[in-house]
Amino acid sequence: MSRRDTQFDTAQSVAGGERSAEEIVRECFERITTTDVDLHAMLSHDADRSIALARTVDAARASGQPLGPLAGVPLAIKDNMCTTFGATTCGSKMLERFESPYSAHVVERLEDAGAIIIGKTNLDEFAMGSSTEHGAFGATRNPWNTARVSGGSSGGSAAAVAAGLVPAALGSDTGGSVRQPAAFCGVVGLKPSYGRVSRYGLVAFGSSLDQIGPLTLDVRDAALMLGVIAGHDARDSTSVNQPVPDYVAELDQPLAGVRIGISDEYFGDGLDDDMRTTVMNAIELMRDEGAKIVSINLPHMKYSVACYYVIATAEASSNLARFDGVRYGYRTATPTGVVDMYESSRGEGFGEEVKRRIMLGTYALSSGYADAYYLKALAVRTLIKRDFDNAFEHVDVIASPTTPTAAFALGENAGDPLAMYLQDIYTISANLAGVCAISLPCGHSPTNLPLGLQLMGPAFGEERLLSVAHQYQRHTDHHRKAPPSASAA
Amino acid sequence: MVDAQIAVRPIIGLEIHVQLLTRSKMFCGCPVRFDDPPNSLVCPVCMGLPGALPVINRRAVELTILTGLAFGGTIATHTKWDRKSYYYPDLPKNYQISQFDLPLVSNGHLDVDVGHGEHRVRIRRAHLEEDAGKNVHDVGGHTLVDLNRAGTPLLEIVTEPDLRSAEEACALCTGLHRLVTYLGVSEGNMKKGQMRFEPNVNVAIEHDGVEYRTPISEIKNLNSFRAARDAIDFEIDRQVAAWHEDHSYVLGSAPNENRGFDADRGVTEFQRDKEAAQDYRYFPDPDLVPVNVSDAMLNEIRQSLPELPDARTARWVKDHSLSVEDAATVVGHRATADLFDAVISAGGPPAIVIKQFVNVWLSHAKQRGVTIGDLGIDPERMAELAQIVADGTISKTAADRVAEIMLARNRFDAGTEDASDTVTPSVARTLPTTKANNAARCPSPLALAKELRLLQVRDTAATDVWIDEVFAANEQAVQDAMTNPKKRKAAAGFLRGQVMKKSQGKADPKLVGELIDKRLTGSA
Repeated sequence: MSRRDTQFDTAQSVAGGERSAEEIVRECFERITTTDVDLHAMLSHDADRSIALARTVDAARASGQPLGPLAGVPLAIKDNMCTTFGATTCGSKMLERFESPYSAHVVERLEDAGAIIIGKTNLDEFAMGSSTEHGAFGATRNPWNTARVSGGSSGGSAAAVAAGLVPAALGSDTGGSVRQPAAFCGVVGLKPSYGRVSRYGLVAFGSSLDQIGPLTLDVRDAALMLGVIAGHDARDSTSVNQPVPDYVAELDQPLAGVRIGISDEYFGDGLDDDMRTTVMNAIELMRDEGAKIVSINLPHMKYSVACYYVIATAEASSNLARFDGVRYGYRTATPTGVVDMYESSRGEGFGEEVKRRIMLGTYALSSGYADAYYLKALAVRTLIKRDFDNAFEHVDVIASPTTPTAAFALGENAGDPLAMYLQDIYTISANLAGVCAISLPCGHSPTNLPLGLQLMGPAFGEERLLSVAHQYQRHTDHHRKAPPSASAA
Repeated sequence: MVDAQIAVRPIIGLEIHVQLLTRSKMFCGCPVRFDDPPNSLVCPVCMGLPGALPVINRRAVELTILTGLAFGGTIATHTKWDRKSYYYPDLPKNYQISQFDLPLVSNGHLDVDVGHGEHRVRIRRAHLEEDAGKNVHDVGGHTLVDLNRAGTPLLEIVTEPDLRSAEEACALCTGLHRLVTYLGVSEGNMKKGQMRFEPNVNVAIEHDGVEYRTPISEIKNLNSFRAARDAIDFEIDRQVAAWHEDHSYVLGSAPNENRGFDADRGVTEFQRDKEAAQDYRYFPDPDLVPVNVSDAMLNEIRQSLPELPDARTARWVKDHSLSVEDAATVVGHRATADLFDAVISAGGPPAIVIKQFVNVWLSHAKQRGVTIGDLGIDPERMAELAQIVADGTISKTAADRVAEIMLARNRFDAGTEDASDTVTPSVARTLPTTKANNAARCPSPLALAKELRLLQVRDTAATDVWIDEVFAANEQAVQDAMTNPKKRKAAAGFLRGQVMKKSQGKADPKLVGELIDKRLTGSA
């Protein structure tokens, strides 16, 4: 059970009849039982339902029916995506008992592909955070070192994949929430281009920034999963109607001639020395394999954290207005009137970080301040986008560290929101610009914590991005290293 | 203190909400219907469930553009959607999707005429938004929320403050109602709240050469023309009286207000200060993409724009010599106006056709609760009925009788039931209306007149016999007509009517008039 099978291999073994889906799903629940007590990656899971679904897959295979590309693969999804089974809590007391009457687009796509969604993973409340310590139901610990955070906000999904609970999982990324926990937990995390994957059924945080993305053991799995969830959905007006390439088939494009951009803005103050060295080594390796390293300029990158925290919080303040205790979700026990019902339900139902961001965003949109904050931030966002447009005229991908440091200790940044916000300094600009980006393991710190390399590509440039990342993995084995908790089990 | 020197000039603008006639809601596929069981027409989108996203109803955009073109507005080539934030239990997302700074339509106008010439009212803007649900208060001590209406497309039309009286404001409301129902953009059913008015009212008071302006009141949510007129009238008087106290009720010193109207007591009541105005925190809705109106789309909608009532009235007055008043009775309902044009095209003499529309067809339609078109008489037959009146073949009175028989025979020729009472609107609409069917079923008015012996009698001797009988039976009227100049006209008219009745409509009214006049004056 130390083996961490990829999604790809799991699907192959089911399709080839080497293993039954039921056997795979049962093993998956055994690992959850033994390992997740320490990690707390899962918020909910349903063994009976999953085993029943696995039997359907096995029966379908036995009777010779065609199987989907993910048939029999157990997956977990972040608990901010709606499912008609179980609760959809968003890691919040507000939605602790909320059961959605409909499923998110990605859930439908995964199930149509034959995947078995075994449960929902932990997150920072409403995806607001970088450590998965800010949920109402406790922190998720890092499988590499349980005194460390798993990153966030998709920390549950990252930890679940790293620990081998499931071969792959979905997260959502508003400012780095897939990539940063992937880096901290030593797995691959992909944030697709804005509009590539439908947001229908993803509980919104920052609507113009949110994208759903895979967390996987390797790049091939990310390509496989993206191929399943990407594509147009008429229910999401921002989902773009563009054909979905066969990402797996395109992975073998060689590194030779690929232009990789590097920018000083990603290697300045605050970057850990080990991280700098490791990422530079990764870039060197790609140069050795024939890639061309090109120096680029992203002059407005330095404003991205400020810009992001205005736009994301402004949108969040509006998106979270619907949680009022009127129709669903938490309602205060004995409201004295309608205003008190609103104030007390929201005051008691939301955690500190969510309330902080709602207030920030409300302020940024208020009359008299909107010009100085929200509209200014939109203008800066346009400049950042333009920086990327310009850069991608000269390079195919941009390489950088995913995070300034390896996973920090639980509680280390809990009292310092600003330090926490700076965790996303390298990831945020991809969301602001709407481009695609991936984090992949590129080494380990002296204390054996994973370090992440970030590659960014132009909007709808996932094919090239994934192939460069895959070629890097062909020449390295950082992604094959399992955390001690997974190997010890 | 009564001050003889003051001059009061009301300044009135209107915000009008019109519910658009679309099959589905503004941002989801739920049907738009009234009176269904509470919360039966809802989905994750219009309930504001977590993760649900809006999708624009293209039809609502088209209807808005159509309306904008009809009142001469400028159509935006690029527009977007904004969120307007406020908390209310009937607003599921606690923001309303609306249009803030880029409305679909701007700079239009509508003319009103309340008896002293046309007055142009500028329309500042018209934009699309979603309606809220409904709070149902005091149900077992609770307030319940019904979201069936939530997400219904609303067109909000905002005029400049160009209206000068409650009467003008009311005329604008009715004119707009006529326009949107004519265009088929809205059903305009006031009882269902499909049109709601919010006047902004203040007054300019000139006193000893100084002009004072009172604070602006916005009167919320009026749902009838009468309420709009009464509320504005009350509000004008109230503001003038408030100013009279010590001249301090003026803009800048006293706050603008939101007021409600109590229709039972006929008064407006304070709701809240607008100075403490809510901050709606408008910002572009990131869930929706901007709308670009292409030239092709605009042209297509422009081509679907029908001839509008004012233009049609002008054409009828010019080409058919109709009076504006007569035209007005027919022009407001598009299908009826189309039918009128078809009857004229089929050779109906306009002067007679319009009278028959108003006095005959419309009254039959009203009795049945349908429109004239639903009566199922084809335009050729209507034209023929007017022709045989025009050429003196039958009298107007006889034409009424012929029309009744036409309707009766047209509907139920197989001897099923008696005609007139049982026709319900739904039945009427399902009756065959193709020309072939009508030609077969609808009898020729001339043939009917012959069959019923209603052809006009122009024989003096026969007419004199009827007159003899009527004069003998109505001595008092004859006396009045001959001796009392004040009553002469009425009495003579009465006698003519009696003769027509006696002849069962067959007498020639002109001849009857001449013969009666001769007798009355000859004997005097």
